[in-house]
Amino acid sequence: MKAFTVHTGLAMPLDRANVDTDFIIPKQFLKSIKRSGFGVNLFDEHRYLDKGEPDSDNSQRPLNKNFVLNQPRYQGASVLLARENFGCGSSREHAPWALDDFGFRVVIAPSYADIFFNNCFKNGILPIVLDKNLVDKLFKEVNAAEGYTLTVNLLAQSITRPDGSVIHFEVDAFRKHCLLNGLDDIGLTLEDADAIRAFENQWREKSPWYFKSA
Amino acid sequence: MSGQTLYDKLWDSHLVKQRDDGTALIYIDRQLIHEVTSPQAFEGLRLTGRKPWRADANLATPDHNIPTTKAERSRGLEGIIDPVSRIQVRTLADNCRDFGITELDMNDIRQGIVHVVGPEQGATLPGMTIVCGDSHTSTHGALGALAHGIGTSEVEHVLATQCLMQKKMKNMLIRVDGKLNPGVTAKDIVLAIIGEIGTAGGTGYTIEFGGDVIRSLSMEGRMTICNMAIEAGARAGLIAVDQTTIDYIRGRPMAPQGDMFSRAAEFWKTLVSDADAHFDRVVVLDAADIIPQVTWGTSPEMVAPVTGFVPDPDLEKDLSRADNIRQALKYMGLKPGTAIKDIKLDVVFIGSCTNSRIEDLRAAAAVVKGRKVASTIELAMVVPGSGLVKQQAEAEGLDKIFIEAGLEWREPGCSMCLAMNADQLPAGKHCASTSNRNFEGRQGFGGRTHLVSPAMAAAAAIHGHFVDVRDILLDTART
Repeated sequence: MKAFTVHTGLAMPLDRANVDTDFIIPKQFLKSIKRSGFGVNLFDEHRYLDKGEPDSDNSQRPLNKNFVLNQPRYQGASVLLARENFGCGSSREHAPWALDDFGFRVVIAPSYADIFFNNCFKNGILPIVLDKNLVDKLFKEVNAAEGYTLTVNLLAQSITRPDGSVIHFEVDAFRKHCLLNGLDDIGLTLEDADAIRAFENQWREKSPWYFKSA
Repeated sequence: MSGQTLYDKLWDSHLVKQRDDGTALIYIDRQLIHEVTSPQAFEGLRLTGRKPWRADANLATPDHNIPTTKAERSRGLEGIIDPVSRIQVRTLADNCRDFGITELDMNDIRQGIVHVVGPEQGATLPGMTIVCGDSHTSTHGALGALAHGIGTSEVEHVLATQCLMQKKMKNMLIRVDGKLNPGVTAKDIVLAIIGEIGTAGGTGYTIEFGGDVIRSLSMEGRMTICNMAIEAGARAGLIAVDQTTIDYIRGRPMAPQGDMFSRAAEFWKTLVSDADAHFDRVVVLDAADIIPQVTWGTSPEMVAPVTGFVPDPDLEKDLSRADNIRQALKYMGLKPGTAIKDIKLDVVFIGSCTNSRIEDLRAAAAVVKGRKVASTIELAMVVPGSGLVKQQAEAEGLDKIFIEAGLEWREPGCSMCLAMNADQLPAGKHCASTSNRNFEGRQGFGGRTHLVSPAMAAAAAIHGHFVDVRDILLDTART
């Protein structure tokens, strides 16, 4: 997995609560058997005015100029500022894949849906939870100042605003460790292969009915 | 010390290793696999040269992408017209063959929506931990299993290690007490619950559903409830094991048989929360207050009783909530104050992992029997949850009832619930749907979804607008 240490980037506000993963990447793009290439279809139904298909030439599609992602001042944004319950709905990991492929490395929101939150960490994206009032404040600041850039330091658990002031954020210690070092989860778990085998043997002994072949 | 919740018991019995930082390694008994969220996981195994830890713990079936028309289905994999879908369905078959995983392929009579197939085959058993790259895996909690959706990286992790790295969730109990009104179903109960606690109300929790009303539900009804736990934000829903659970499992192909079944059943009966168990949050609903529900917005929490009205954002005091309502009404093309019964419909969809089991089809058939779909309805379709549900429905003559009433009778799959195949709700059209999500574009680009029970969807098909199904049922009882 890609490591995350420090990131400095332009912030983009997505002012909408309960953004679901269908909103982040619509279902027709989930037919791909690859992990990459989803960035051009991030927020597809809001970013373009027509309906996109996996084989569409996206460079020819009409853009929704009102949608925040298309506004000139947010071009190159890599820090997504969002509202509560971000990433609810479908478990599709295509949602973080699309965010990552587009270039977002950090999401800041008051709350997330559990599965999406978890999926972000597996893909080198840092989802930060901040107090609702603080997120509100950041929305106001981003809207007020063009070129509003934040520096996120995972090791220090800090967000530095353009005026130099620092916001502290919490992150789970284990996830922080994995993300900082870009660790392969599976490799890590397989270090405990003996413990897994021992568990499995006693469980099979105790409840053999779970080990019938599918 | 207080007793344990059902969730505590399931967690403890699967704990392989607890780390000091609160994360834990949890053993997974069963993984269900479908074509959309698995190809990248298998690819990951190939790239790293890893093999499944226990291939026989996995069961696969294609459901999201496959066509539901007989014409396309009867020609097998090659009959899938959409080339991108065809590749994905074929990739699942190839991966299952290469890695030694059992697949119920698209023309197997046992094929269907993973969350219908698992319990039906006895692949879902009480006391198991179950995962699938699909958020509606919460369905399986109805059998007293700890089941939840995961992302594709975790699908690969479970394939390779038979474990998941997790942190324990908090415990929530939602009790539905009293006696259910006639004509009110499991779907109405769960929509009412989501209306009460909101779509993020269960975030960070495992929800156990209990109380007299939940206990009185059939297994199909219980699955409908747990299926939508995720719509309340909870990755996992649970219902304690009782005789209804045990009777449902007996004789299923992958369930234990004979003496082994009796031994298992003895153990399964212990899968209930202790009387003195501690829940971090308890929500109590009175069944007497629940009547048939209809969603009017773009989130499952935007729900009203059928006798109610579309809300007015100007009357909402919370400004961000008012904004949400405005956004939703704009997308849905609805005016504040419109009576729910005055919402006209264009399409009716009866199916999905929420409501495509035999009991759901019976309930819908009972409403449409001897009646005709309104002339203003452009498409009304019934999509059974599995080949076996379809077979059972046909044995009972339900297919004929639907067809005579003017509904289409399709082949099993996810279909218009998420519209990955050709079954798509056209832009601007209103659909009475028995599925689980009314998000923007969910059933098709620009489509407008109203979530309801199978009986309510059937009644809407007959009238062309929402009606209180209780009136129809009274009518039927009189004649």
